[in-house]
Amino acid sequence: MSKIIEGLKYSESHEWVKVEGNVAVIGVTDFAQKEMGDITYVDVPDVDDSFEAGEDFGALESVKASSDLYCPVSGKVVEVNEELEDAPEKVNEDAFAAWIIKVEMSDASELDALMDAAAYKAMIGE
Amino acid sequence: MTENQQQEPLQRTCLHERHVALGAKMSPFAGFDMPIQYGSIITEHLAVREKAGIFDVSHMGEIFVDGRDAERFVNHIFTNEIRGMEPGKVLYGMMCYPDGGVVDDLLVYREFEPDHYLLVVNAANIDKDFAWIQEQVKGFDCRVRNESAAWGQVAVQGPEAERYVIDVLGAAEAAKLGFYTFCNLSYKGKRLILSRTGYTGEDGFEIYSAPEGIVELWDRFLAEGVQPCGLGCRDTLRFEAGLPLYGDELSPEISPVMAGLGMFCKLDKDFIGRDALLRQKTEGCERKLVGIEIEDKAVPRAGYPVETLQGEEVGVVTTGYHSISLDKSICFALVGSAYAALDTPLQIRIRKKTFPGKVVKKRFYQTNYKK
Repeated sequence: MSKIIEGLKYSESHEWVKVEGNVAVIGVTDFAQKEMGDITYVDVPDVDDSFEAGEDFGALESVKASSDLYCPVSGKVVEVNEELEDAPEKVNEDAFAAWIIKVEMSDASELDALMDAAAYKAMIGE
Repeated sequence: MTENQQQEPLQRTCLHERHVALGAKMSPFAGFDMPIQYGSIITEHLAVREKAGIFDVSHMGEIFVDGRDAERFVNHIFTNEIRGMEPGKVLYGMMCYPDGGVVDDLLVYREFEPDHYLLVVNAANIDKDFAWIQEQVKGFDCRVRNESAAWGQVAVQGPEAERYVIDVLGAAEAAKLGFYTFCNLSYKGKRLILSRTGYTGEDGFEIYSAPEGIVELWDRFLAEGVQPCGLGCRDTLRFEAGLPLYGDELSPEISPVMAGLGMFCKLDKDFIGRDALLRQKTEGCERKLVGIEIEDKAVPRAGYPVETLQGEEVGVVTTGYHSISLDKSICFALVGSAYAALDTPLQIRIRKKTFPGKVVKKRFYQTNYKK
């Protein structure tokens, strides 16, 4: 059973979004980290990079596979979690604590297209 | 990996129920529903490097050859030299097409009975190999039998494998077996082949017997504390040890000479593909398999382009990992022969970025075989 947190927004590609004012804090879900297995590398963008909603912004690498990360909302990266560079396993340990990037949203209405906790739970079938 | 994902239902090994009961992540491989990992690939990998792990390799194929011409026939289809092999010896080599491309890589067991051989082949290639062998055997006085379905197989690998094998099988003989030799035992009334071989770069054994016996042995090794290991770490382990996987580093398009496995091809004897391999060896081949190490934690994966530092594409990654035992990002790659020398600077394109590195030896990890 994967952990799901109420009050967050979720994407179909298994990112979670926590809204802090105009900033979206983005990570991957517990379900995603379980599917990936041991995460060995997190490929993150640079601060000031801009992404459109749905664009890939980086990747998670496990022993066996790499999985692209998709930006759930459009905007500019204002912070990346540099801790993950040396400790990618933090994503496995607590996927909701191990945020990956913070994005200053250019269109907060895009959040409406994302799922709430109940809808995400239904999507992953748990 | 040669994942023959035809629409046919997946086959199951004799240990399938055990994998499911252990909660393994299952995935199609070579037409079989196989365990990729039981928990963490890293944990399973390290168990084999540091203690002992057990793999279900019942999907592998067993083809028996016997008869008056058996030696002459096997030597005709096999790249390595089997004349003069002592009973109880095992040899690694390939079967090649006339153009030097590889039908399969395999182990040949010289049985204790005169004129008897066992060929152990890759699961994905069993049908293809058997058809090939049947085609070539015409005119030779010997019999070939595909008994793959009648045999189960486990591999017990790691520095403590010998102790566990002696305990579980009660086989003190295990201690005397040298690397690439085997002996015959009996288990539950059926023949058991105890072979000091493996695919991990560590000391270890491959154990063949009837499916019922293999299931019981699996349970007993697990009860003794041997770590169950899936195909995920089987690949990371063989890769670090510089061992090829058919489909990735050997194929109808990738000859043993290209793959740097010429030492297993005895060009001073006659066998199918010999002339083509000799030509490749003397005239050189277009591409060669190399090891590449990059200066980053990003992971080079199969299919990623290999470039010169100027950005010219000169090759492709065949297998790559962030090595568990070495903590380095390394890969096998097929590159133009002009770029195959050790220390040649090359870069790998990983998604949107390139990562510089250089050509290194393919045996990334110092193997620990019992001599």
